[in-house]
Amino acid sequence: MLEELSNIRKAVPSLKTFRDLPPLARREFRAGMFFLSPWIIGFLAFTLLPTLATLFFSFLNLRITDGILSPPHFVGLENYRQLFKDPQVWSTSTTPGSLWITIRFGLIALPIGIFVPLGIAVLMNNRNLKGQMFFRSMFYMPYIVPFVAAIFIWGGMLNSESGWINRALMYFGAPKQSLPLWINDVNWVYPSYVILGIWGIGNAMLIMLAGLQGVPTELYDAATVDGANGWQTFWKVTFPMISPVIFYNLVLSVVGLFQYFLVPLVVNAGNGNPGGATYFYNLYLYKTFFTFQNMSYGSTLAWFLFVVILLVTMVLFGTAKYWVYYAGESR
Amino acid sequence: MAKSLTQSLQKDTQTTLTNKSFLHSLRRGANVTFVTTLTIALLAIFLAPFLFMVFTSLKTRGQITQLGAPIWPAKPTTVEYNGKNIEVFKVPMASCAGSDPSDTSIKNLGIVKKGRQQSTFVDPSNLGAGEFACNVSWRALKRPWVFSPTWGNYAQVWKTIPGTFPKLLWNTTFYAIMTEIGVLISCTLVAFGFARFRFPGRDFLFIVLIATIFLPATVTIIPTYTFFQRIGWLGTWLPLIVPAFFANAYDVFLLRQYFMTLPRELDEAAMIDGASPLKVLWSVIIPQSYPALMAVTVFHIVYAWNDYFGPLIYLSTARDKWPISVALSTYNGLYGQQPALIQAASLMTLIAPLLLFVVAQRFFVQGIVVTGVEK
Repeated sequence: MLEELSNIRKAVPSLKTFRDLPPLARREFRAGMFFLSPWIIGFLAFTLLPTLATLFFSFLNLRITDGILSPPHFVGLENYRQLFKDPQVWSTSTTPGSLWITIRFGLIALPIGIFVPLGIAVLMNNRNLKGQMFFRSMFYMPYIVPFVAAIFIWGGMLNSESGWINRALMYFGAPKQSLPLWINDVNWVYPSYVILGIWGIGNAMLIMLAGLQGVPTELYDAATVDGANGWQTFWKVTFPMISPVIFYNLVLSVVGLFQYFLVPLVVNAGNGNPGGATYFYNLYLYKTFFTFQNMSYGSTLAWFLFVVILLVTMVLFGTAKYWVYYAGESR
Repeated sequence: MAKSLTQSLQKDTQTTLTNKSFLHSLRRGANVTFVTTLTIALLAIFLAPFLFMVFTSLKTRGQITQLGAPIWPAKPTTVEYNGKNIEVFKVPMASCAGSDPSDTSIKNLGIVKKGRQQSTFVDPSNLGAGEFACNVSWRALKRPWVFSPTWGNYAQVWKTIPGTFPKLLWNTTFYAIMTEIGVLISCTLVAFGFARFRFPGRDFLFIVLIATIFLPATVTIIPTYTFFQRIGWLGTWLPLIVPAFFANAYDVFLLRQYFMTLPRELDEAAMIDGASPLKVLWSVIIPQSYPALMAVTVFHIVYAWNDYFGPLIYLSTARDKWPISVALSTYNGLYGQQPALIQAASLMTLIAPLLLFVVAQRFFVQGIVVTGVEK
């Protein structure tokens, strides 16, 4: 999927090509555009136009106070000036900023979101595993549980008194007073959120498993002949061969991370508890718009987020040539 | 001489071979046991919350907090003695007065008087023997538990969840079906356009389509919401259903990849016979594409059942249209102090997608493989 994106320069058509179309090709062009039209209209109406409108809003002062929309006028870069000194966004000496909160959570969530599904996929792909089909669908199955229900089920598991996780810790001898309070514990709230979302790994796991199954067995045979052990084979053969799949999941996870806010919204009613540790960037954006009804500042936050995501994604694409291997390409 | 040497050599090699293959299969058997056991253990941890949900949903509030109670919904056994219900404990008989000190049996006895060093018991199976003392602290004793589920929790959720439960199910199903129609029609058309027509700009448009997967939805939500608000669509289904009719990148990609694998000969033959492109799509492509269309269908049902944010912002004022996800999170706000009800409500929410998965799991697996691996 991502490989397509890198071919963009070749794909841009020039106006000349349209002028020189022979009649038959003209007909094919018209028919093709007819079939594409639902998407093209939808893209313009629900993606491109709103994206530009968000940018436009960010230079205005649109906000609703006491149910009345303020008279709109241009304020130039005023919203951006406010953004760059907003203590909700940037950390101060006493409070963490929402951007840092998001990144800090990502430092825990991203590696787990990649390596746990990868680990399970490797296990599923092990030839010593009996009943692979059964295990595959069982590890995928929780993915279909609606996320609100999954939050409450795992939330119950994490309950510090009656949840099974603390009960298991006690069973294995953890002293009662040192048990974590999980969702209500500043130090444990990020791991808690990772646990709340763990049922979402099914998709990544299946994609990675399919990637693993696509690795030609000759490569493993060659590695064995060369005397590689299991660890070396994984890092020198398996990992490079499935790196495009991992890269795809990584990019999607990063885009998802910066927009993370539904879990804190549902679990802690979006108030940032405990101790402001869950006031994620996108949660701040959501509240700015839906609760405080400040459209322009919300749009400014949104565009800044868009730029941040774009930059991070570009950095990821930049690193890709060092570790992502597309078979069939000569490099 | 030479012959017997070769024979014995051959024999030697044979024995080593059998030994080797025996060792080999032994090692493989050990590996299989190890890997499979590890996987079962991981799976048990991964799926344990389902059991937690079922057990908790059948408990009373007292059962959830009771110390020393088993994890399943249980109540302590009691017996009637002198017109009162008394608790039953498991008592080692050796500690009791008038019994053999070498007796290792443990009996279920009713407790008459609780004491730290000595308690008084009766034997429910032999009440005639009367009360007797045992040198045990009653707090250290285990109890025999009996299974005691509270099925009424489900009925209570049914009655108390905001909006009635059948209405919530209907709303969710309605939302899923309406958007499903839009997704199937629009994505099939667009995927057909990308798969079967060659024209300048097509590849560029396809790249734009793929790029929208990576575009953060946040950057479009404020103007879109404001627009729907302006034209009076808030509190109606329209902001949720109408955009579904304009195709989405995931499903277009999945269908396009599938259409590309179909041989072109059939649609070319139909074209030569004078069939219009729409006719080709309808009578040649679609009949061959049931697996891919089924994958799109089941993914979308799960997506719609799961969707929370869309209904939350567009339907928050219209309680009669709430889908189950929004009602469930509101319910948690109201009854969060009663874990049994929350777990029962969660179970009632996930039962429909779970059934769908059981019936259609192969379509899920195939669909994901197409979108994830093909580049």
